[in-house]
Amino acid sequence: MIDEIKILIHQGKQFIQDVRTVQVPGIFRGRPVISLAKVDETALKAVCPTDAITANPVSIDLGKCTFCGECARCFPDKISFTKDYKLSTNERNRLFITEGEDKPVDVNPKTVREEIHRVFGRSLKLRQISAGGDNSCEMELNATNNVQFDISRFGIDFVASPRHADGIVITGPISKNMAAAVQICYDAVPEPKIIVLVGTDAISGGIFADSPAIDRSFLETHPVDLYIPGNPAHPLTIINGLLDLTRKLK
Amino acid sequence: MNYISIKNNQTILLSDIPESNYDSFLEMNTEFISGHDERHCVNYFGYKSGKNVKLICCIADDLVHEIYVSGCQVSKSEPLKSFSARLLCFEKFEREIHEQFGVDYTNHPWLKPLRYAYNRNDQSQTMNNYPFYSIDSEELHEVGVGPIHAGIIEPGHFRFICKGEQILHLEIQLGYQHKGIEQLFIEKKKLLQRASLAEGIAGDTVVGHGVAFAHVWESLSGFRTTRDMDYARTIALELERIAIHVGDLSAVCTDIAYQLGSAVFGRLRTPIINFMQEWCGSRLSKGLIRPGRNQFPFTTELAERLTQMLNTFEPDYTEMSHRLFSLSSALSRFERTGVVDNADARAIGVVGMAARMTNLNRDIRSSHPMDLYPELHHEPILKRHGDVYSRVQIRRREVEQSMKYIRQLLAEIPEVPLKSEALKTPQPNSFCLSLVEGWRGEICHCSLTDENGDLMVYKIKDPSFHNWMALALAVRNNEISDFPICNKSFNLSYSGHDL
Repeated sequence: MIDEIKILIHQGKQFIQDVRTVQVPGIFRGRPVISLAKVDETALKAVCPTDAITANPVSIDLGKCTFCGECARCFPDKISFTKDYKLSTNERNRLFITEGEDKPVDVNPKTVREEIHRVFGRSLKLRQISAGGDNSCEMELNATNNVQFDISRFGIDFVASPRHADGIVITGPISKNMAAAVQICYDAVPEPKIIVLVGTDAISGGIFADSPAIDRSFLETHPVDLYIPGNPAHPLTIINGLLDLTRKLK
Repeated sequence: MNYISIKNNQTILLSDIPESNYDSFLEMNTEFISGHDERHCVNYFGYKSGKNVKLICCIADDLVHEIYVSGCQVSKSEPLKSFSARLLCFEKFEREIHEQFGVDYTNHPWLKPLRYAYNRNDQSQTMNNYPFYSIDSEELHEVGVGPIHAGIIEPGHFRFICKGEQILHLEIQLGYQHKGIEQLFIEKKKLLQRASLAEGIAGDTVVGHGVAFAHVWESLSGFRTTRDMDYARTIALELERIAIHVGDLSAVCTDIAYQLGSAVFGRLRTPIINFMQEWCGSRLSKGLIRPGRNQFPFTTELAERLTQMLNTFEPDYTEMSHRLFSLSSALSRFERTGVVDNADARAIGVVGMAARMTNLNRDIRSSHPMDLYPELHHEPILKRHGDVYSRVQIRRREVEQSMKYIRQLLAEIPEVPLKSEALKTPQPNSFCLSLVEGWRGEICHCSLTDENGDLMVYKIKDPSFHNWMALALAVRNNEISDFPICNKSFNLSYSGHDL
């Protein structure tokens, strides 16, 4: 017992007090900023492994971006990655970063379904489904619940059964072999319910987008409530996205 | 001599791989392994060659530090005698060959689907009709778990046959994570795309698979890595090992309801992966390893930060692990739980940590060393009992060992050469095999190029490919409530298996 208390004292307070403003260490590749510098746009597009870059005007689709940073390495005057980890939004088109713009990616409160705040504003229970995920976004989702990020302090929890859940969180590009399970799990969640996509693979298929082994038809017929980009998504990107969607913190 | 002996990361011409008829191919490769603990199969795969299937078998010999590669052409129409009937460790390899090409075996003990690859030969085999083993008895019941599990983990289906609370048998159906990676390696033509694919094989082994791909590519292209590249890769591999082992110690504590251990080990993983972010911009090291270049050189500032970090990490880690390993309530859950004995482990051909837990010395860092491992003179940590306790002890000690190696490496940071060699294109008609010891164990990537130097075949083998069977055996005769700690003590990859 004494040993346990010693450990507790040595560990001190570990939690991040303000998940909205805390700085991440090092050279995190978060929201990119594209300058108006003139570059060979064809060459720039060719650099990207997932065709996330389009030309005229130059833009990056964060739903496709793998955050590998190769474009910034090859065209440092044109593209730079900021440490801004707030990348989540409820509208797919808000994930496009266009040249000359330096504005945050955020949730559009006008287009969030009205019942989301009313029903889930205080408590949100989510069922996670890995559908072809590589275990990186899964590890970061687990990290949201460690003593540092501690997402459950906001009333957000990951639960074991879809019957206990208010929505599903999908990671991975949705493999064919998981497609049926995704549908069954979603159907088992009681209404009203939300769908959250975490990571580039889930949002667009990422590097696996044109693999014949994936089946994304589930997303064609079901509305997505929140896109959380990243490869994998950073725990702070996940937490801030969920807080913005449910308007838990103003 | 119907085989060729090669070193780890060596490129040879395809025509240098001797071919023999199937019977002598079978005799030779099974004789290599029978009664030789120091040898095991690191990869055995097929590819289409006209109307036939060409098989390539790679047996690693840990004593002489070489890999014996041999080939054989077979036609799909006639059933073959199986390797697995003699040696169980070939079981999965032959199931893969059967699933991909429809090659039939007359005496395979267990010719079931492996991962339901999209391009499998028999499309009538589907996820829903997997032929589970069953026992007809009124005293037994079956428990089905998954594909979606209770926690935030990857999908797979576990079918238990239980007598009361006791597990008699576990069968694991995988394939849910299959996304066609090996085929994408061929179809995606940009090097960066392939490097990104390698990082996506298993998101918990980004460095391990990244390094294996880089080695294959560099060897095929005749590129000689510089010391700073080897250095960065060695440090990254050891940091990845520390991060996952510490995270898994946390998970094991969760599964025995030891809240303090769960919280403290959980938080101790953070400084390690945050250091990776400081180094390369990603907590899980995505973007760090690139073939032919040192993307993020290891600087003296980084060395200082890493030393600082380890200096604060180590006392906390030591204090917590000392406490965990002196708690009788924890030890009573670890000891004699989930045992795989040495004979079974040898029979099924386990690798990495799952081999070392039962005194089977398999560690690529000492047997086929790459990067800076030859200088570290790595001595694998071995345990004898093959239980959960052995596996958590190995994790505990390997973290300490990795810290020691990193400190040793930090004493001298190599300079980054001003001018680096350009990466050429791969040699045509060649074969290369790369072995890397990831934190789980041996990763093997094999690559074949065609007459233009384009990738023709890319074969990936994650250590989980061997080790899933060890989990299935470990839980026999255990209470079903001990399944979670057995599972977490291995922590195998679904994605790395399903590809």
